[in-house]
Amino acid sequence: MSGHPGNRGEHVVGEHVVIVGASLTGLHAAEALRGGGFAGRVTLVGAEPHPPYDRPSLSKRVLAGRMSADSTGLPQRQDLDAHWRLGNAAVALDRDTKTLTLDDGTALGFDKLLIATGTRARRWPDTAEAALTGVLSIRTRDDALELQARLAARPRRVLVIGAGFVGSEVASVCRELDLDVTVVERSAAPLAGALGQWAGAAAGRLQRGHGVDLRTETSVLALEGDADGRLRRVRLSDGDVLDVDVAVVALGAVRNVEWLAGSGLAIDARGVQCDPFCRAVDTDGRPCDDILVAGDVACWPHPLYEGLLAVEHWDNAVRQARVAATTILHGAVRAHTALPTFWSNQFGVNIKVVGVPGRADQVAVLQGSVERAAFVAAYGRGGRIIGALAVNTPRALDAYAEMISSRMSFPPDLNAADAPDPIRVLDLAVPAAG
Amino acid sequence: MRVMVDLARCQSYGQCVFAAPEIFEISGREVLEYDSAPSDEWRLHLERARAACPVQAITIGPAAGPGKDDGQPSTVRPAADSMGVLR
Ligand SMILES: Cc1cc2nc3c(=O)[nH]c(=O)nc-3n(C[C@H](O)[C@H](O)[C@H](O)COP(=O)(O)OP(=O)(O)OC[C@H]3O[C@@H](n4cnc5c(N)ncnc54)[C@H](O)[C@@H]3O)c2cc1C
Ligand code: SF4
Repeated sequence: MSGHPGNRGEHVVGEHVVIVGASLTGLHAAEALRGGGFAGRVTLVGAEPHPPYDRPSLSKRVLAGRMSADSTGLPQRQDLDAHWRLGNAAVALDRDTKTLTLDDGTALGFDKLLIATGTRARRWPDTAEAALTGVLSIRTRDDALELQARLAARPRRVLVIGAGFVGSEVASVCRELDLDVTVVERSAAPLAGALGQWAGAAAGRLQRGHGVDLRTETSVLALEGDADGRLRRVRLSDGDVLDVDVAVVALGAVRNVEWLAGSGLAIDARGVQCDPFCRAVDTDGRPCDDILVAGDVACWPHPLYEGLLAVEHWDNAVRQARVAATTILHGAVRAHTALPTFWSNQFGVNIKVVGVPGRADQVAVLQGSVERAAFVAAYGRGGRIIGALAVNTPRALDAYAEMISSRMSFPPDLNAADAPDPIRVLDLAVPAAG
Repeated sequence: MRVMVDLARCQSYGQCVFAAPEIFEISGREVLEYDSAPSDEWRLHLERARAACPVQAITIGPAAGPGKDDGQPSTVRPAADSMGVLR
């Protein structure tokens, strides 16, 4: 069956690229297509009513009330001459006919498809408790607006469930607003999943130093509401019952892949699998030339790391979008091999991460001092450096990225002027490769 | 007008702060903050900041999204084929 539009009449000019997901990845892919001279049609399909906006500021300045949700709209570098279908979700993909079905019943044909549907916040598992007024998560502009309004109304206490990056940033904003906040984390330390136990312990001291009631190795047993369905109390596994008006569920993200059920693409909890050129891989392991994947929804093989990588990083979304656009324009000529890079700002501290510290079996501070909250820690696995964490030392990180890319042995011999003496290498619990 | 700083790349050098103090500031020790929707009167300062950034982390442009004329038939709007599929 010919899905090619080339001879379908006067409306048809060149190829039709459809991008599903009109956020960071979708925008940057469209820009890269036009920047690369693509003259065909570009359609952006986005489930949210908003044009692309900046999510990282949601849990930071927007929540603090220092930035309006409207100002989060992202700039575009050039005229995209695109057709936008905002407020429209894709609900099915038929690869044989190269057609998408949208939630309003529209059938949308494509020559090339970019899957950029990202993730959504994992919901609180108890549906009745999740439905209580005051139980929120933060992934979208609308989420951030609602939470910001609730914080501005000065609740008695805010509960944050989960001490990953987003949960920790929310706790930071609560303290900035001088609100009482309890953070409940099932593991032994905040940020431990991404940065390991040792850095997690340092993050825990930072949080407590800023007045956060941080409860690690603790879980939420129940969220309790009043007769009007408003959150009133939380029951914790440590036996405490706290009065809270707001609970922020920060239990991580779930990939938006349900709409691809039955498409024959290789998909699991890590996302939609693709090859280094961002081509989606089908369940037989074959890459599809016409279906690309990028951003938070993608998982892919990286030359430096075992298995597949799946990250939720702003930087990866932008870079992978550009690789996908290159593949659309020129075929499989440019592999996505960038090192994962991430930043977070919380409690007045600049955190930058490169590589994959979460997979390390050892860590060592190589520069600066943890006590003075300015240091670089390197992470190793199997005797080579695989990641680095820079706290309030953003300019140091490029050198570590170089070491990671060149597979330098761990701990690297730096002789840095500000190195601690002696350098102590700590063992970390070995996580499974992804 | 919208501004976006690639904070993965930004090294908190602060050159942008010197060029456009109305828009950029370093808060805490190393945290760059900025006004992402400044008024057009700062355009010149912004351009200066963008040029001064040693790692080219600053993007300036109009807000992304459908333009005023979206929804009108245009060269980029898909058209239905004989099967009713927008192509
Ligand atoms: C609160 C918060 C703070 C963050 N802070 C940082 C940070 O400090 N540093 C950092 O590096 N990263 C941070 N991130 C991560 C960063 O925002 C993401 O990596 C980035 O948004 C990924 O972009 P994306 O376009 O791939 O996916 P998303 O931004 O998730 O966009 C996907 C879009 O697709 C839409 N969609 C989903 N399903 C469909 C469908 N079936 N049809 C049509 N559209 C659909 C969604 O509605 C959404 O708009 C943060 C994220 C959040 C939520
Ligand atoms: S000049 Fe560039 S690198 Fe320096 S603080 Fe500004 S944006 Fe960051």
